[in-house]
Amino acid sequence: MSIRHSLLALLSEGPKYGFQLRQEFEVSTGDVWPLNVGQVYTTLDRLERDGLAESDDLDTDERQRNFRITRAGEEELSRWLRTPPDLTQPPRDELVIKVLVAFRLPEVDVFEVIQVHRRYLVQLMQQWTRLKEDESHFDLAFALAVDAELFRLDSVVRWLDAADGRLRRFHLEAAEDRTVAPPRIRRRIGAHR
Amino acid sequence: MSMLELRNVSKVYGEGATEVDALSDIDLAVERGSLVAIMGPSGSGKSTLLTIAGSLELPTTGDVMINGTNVVGMSRYDKARLRRRTIGYVFQDFNLLAGLTAVENVSLPLELDGVPLKRARVQGMSALDALGLAHRAGRFPDELSGGERQRVAIARAVVGERSLLLADEPSGALDSVNGEAVMRMILAACHGGVAALVVTHDAKLASWADRVVFLRDGRAVDETLPPQPPEELLSQQATNP
Repeated sequence: MSIRHSLLALLSEGPKYGFQLRQEFEVSTGDVWPLNVGQVYTTLDRLERDGLAESDDLDTDERQRNFRITRAGEEELSRWLRTPPDLTQPPRDELVIKVLVAFRLPEVDVFEVIQVHRRYLVQLMQQWTRLKEDESHFDLAFALAVDAELFRLDSVVRWLDAADGRLRRFHLEAAEDRTVAPPRIRRRIGAHR
Repeated sequence: MSMLELRNVSKVYGEGATEVDALSDIDLAVERGSLVAIMGPSGSGKSTLLTIAGSLELPTTGDVMINGTNVVGMSRYDKARLRRRTIGYVFQDFNLLAGLTAVENVSLPLELDGVPLKRARVQGMSALDALGLAHRAGRFPDELSGGERQRVAIARAVVGERSLLLADEPSGALDSVNGEAVMRMILAACHGGVAALVVTHDAKLASWADRVVFLRDGRAVDETLPPQPPEELLSQQATNP
């Protein structure tokens, strides 16, 4: 999550005070990514230093200062919004590694390992779902942020399901191969002739 | 007393060499006001479990208790009456009758149960109204969107005094926003005292449940623990921004 660009986005709506930016940042990210106060003000100082934002009275505290976005800041925001995050390199996924290791170890039931993780993920999804269950104080930004978490976790569950299915098929085929091994060998010999 | 209780339920299809164990030793209870989801891949026995829970099929062995009454051994007439009065079904493909309007579809189970037409329609309208569909009551299924058709199906499942709702992939082919709306409606019915059992392969739908049971090759292999308070997630985020 880029605090820098989120603050630029808030400033693109119009000039704002430091304390106001902190409050609006928390609202816009649905409280899912709370910040400590220092991060907002440090980032505002850097935005000023880089010429992306400016304020009038440098002597007053950041909370009381009125910030506005510069032309360079607007251009930076526009560029950032349209730059896809780098998804070309797959992250080193601990869960994938655990399943691969479990598959290799003969004394480990890989399906039991998969189920342990599946259950944990579904429980986590239940927690996230509870967060958006109460619609009486509906917050669009919060709902979007929770959806993002749910979709991310769901994709991991789907991968586990796919891995489960693929490994079962592998085991079945391996068992069938063992059962019909002699005829297959004969067929191969025959083909060579 | 649980609204639905399966005790040591097994179901075998075929005989001899063609025998298939569709369900084995299932113990499952669904309390009033709670939503239980059954998750599992295709062929794991989810739909068989639901049809047995709904008394549409009998188990090979074991007991199916609905509101304290054992369905096994019950006459066909009594089972049909139990289904009309107590159980509501929601299917993936809605199963609405094309020649009936939304309100006629919803009030049909009441009419079949002998409720006078006028009273059945009033209750049907009330169920539609609760799901925000009163203004579409006179429309036929092919005049409704997919989301609206599924809402009508849910209204039909909970109309009257039904206390057990059984749903098979209730969001069907709906998009995720409409799928969520369907689960919210089922949850609202549970908050009103209905016991609901939903089978799905979709973790996003299952995550609305109080408890998720994992089915594999006809056996209940695992289930979720009681959910932790959701606020914990936010406090964890706050410490790891």
